Amino acid sequence: MNRAFWQPHRLVMAAVALALVAWCALTLRWDWLPDYLGLAPLGLWRTIWILLASVTLGMALAIPLGLAQAAGPWWLAWPARAFCTVIRGTPLLLQLWLLYYGLGSLFPQIPWIRHSELWPILRQAWPYALLALTLSFAGYEGEVMRGAFRGVAHGQLEAARAMGMPRLTLLRRIWLPQAVQRALPTLGGETVLQLKATPLVATITVVDIYAVASRVRQDTFITYEPLLLLAVVYMAITGLIVLLFRALERRIPSRAA
Amino acid sequence: MSALAGAALAASSLDLLQYSPPGWGANLLRGLMNSIIIAFGAFGLGSLIGVAGAFGKLYGGPVTRDLLAIYTTVVRAVPELVLILILYYAVTDSVNRLLIGFGFDRIQISGLAAGIAVLGVVQGAYATEVLRGAILSVPAGQIEAARAMGMPPALLARRITLPLMLSAALPGLANLWLIATKDTALLAVVGFGELTQETRQAAGTTKAYFTFFMAAGALYLVLSIGSGWIFARLERWARRGQRGVRG
Repeated sequence: MNRAFWQPHRLVMAAVALALVAWCALTLRWDWLPDYLGLAPLGLWRTIWILLASVTLGMALAIPLGLAQAAGPWWLAWPARAFCTVIRGTPLLLQLWLLYYGLGSLFPQIPWIRHSELWPILRQAWPYALLALTLSFAGYEGEVMRGAFRGVAHGQLEAARAMGMPRLTLLRRIWLPQAVQRALPTLGGETVLQLKATPLVATITVVDIYAVASRVRQDTFITYEPLLLLAVVYMAITGLIVLLFRALERRIPSRAA
Repeated sequence: MSALAGAALAASSLDLLQYSPPGWGANLLRGLMNSIIIAFGAFGLGSLIGVAGAFGKLYGGPVTRDLLAIYTTVVRAVPELVLILILYYAVTDSVNRLLIGFGFDRIQISGLAAGIAVLGVVQGAYATEVLRGAILSVPAGQIEAARAMGMPPALLARRITLPLMLSAALPGLANLWLIATKDTALLAVVGFGELTQETRQAAGTTKAYFTFFMAAGALYLVLSIGSGWIFARLERWARRGQRGVRG
């Protein structure tokens, strides 16, 4: 550790923090932990899985949404802008419940859906959770990508066009990489926000890590301990995301001014 | 057949939105009112915490700075839902312990007050960062000139720093206000009767899920678009006299 970080007051604060952790470990009740060792990793895995899937799919939707708003004709730009406004203007919880309760009550009334191969999947809760989180991420990131696409220097695009580069190649080689590079710090923050949105899926019976903690509280009537541990788990995942994006940003060469 | 029944249901379900009792309009509007009150309270409390936090981060001692860094980092890393639960139980618990310690009876803290307090603490962390950036954008010469004239710190903040940083802070604050209006929906999970909770109740009773959730969505949308318009005007007012980028 470098000396600049370990100033005297920080040593005292670290000691206080350690004492707090020791107090928590010794005086609070942790005897329920072994009973949930099977369920907790499952919930953790589901949280991470749903985060990764919704971020990936949402990003895949956000790129065309951003492109349509930044450079598309009006009949593409308008619907894209309307979509982003609606998603960003309403709470995610409402969108989630609309999809789950709304579609969930509509689908069983339509015979061919109920008899299709997909019905065993559509009967579960996670497809609606994934759909809602994906659409939400796409809505927010569509707006971010619009700014990023707009921000790429004109000269770059003009040079590529002057070289006779086809439009798709231009997008793949010049426009998209530079836009993503610009948006990367924002996307890191947005991924953390997406992680913080995932516990909402517990309200439609998807068993993620938050739902596991709620179940502990219901089973044992212990209030604080599961919540504190849950907060620590989320902080750890946030730390991982931040480190991951920092590594990604470092991989992209940038000219130091 | 069932599709026809569904269509008929959708047509008649618009009646469910009427204001008077067979319809649920009054419930939705009451929920909206609660949401707006909580958002206002949380935004106000958050801005106060944010001003104090930003000044603490910029001008405070090393311990204050580190404590504030921990506060903003933790709040921004833990989901609001978890924070709401922890703070809700912690606040009611400690208030009741204090009351019993002083020989009073324990009280039930209203969902409204708890919601405002909890969301305010969350907003405060984000507002601290927004306002810190905005204060840094104030030209240093202005603050130095005021100090050189012997202006006391409180007066300096009121007359120089806060008005000058307003134009830089407003876009961030507008974002925070939108987040505040949408975060009130999270209180539905703890069972507080704001818009989303009232909507779910109405939808669950009448089974007209699409009608009610769409209606609530429209209300939220009107709220956010309307406040976006107000904030745009506010920003134009705060930027009056500044030279535009386009010259």
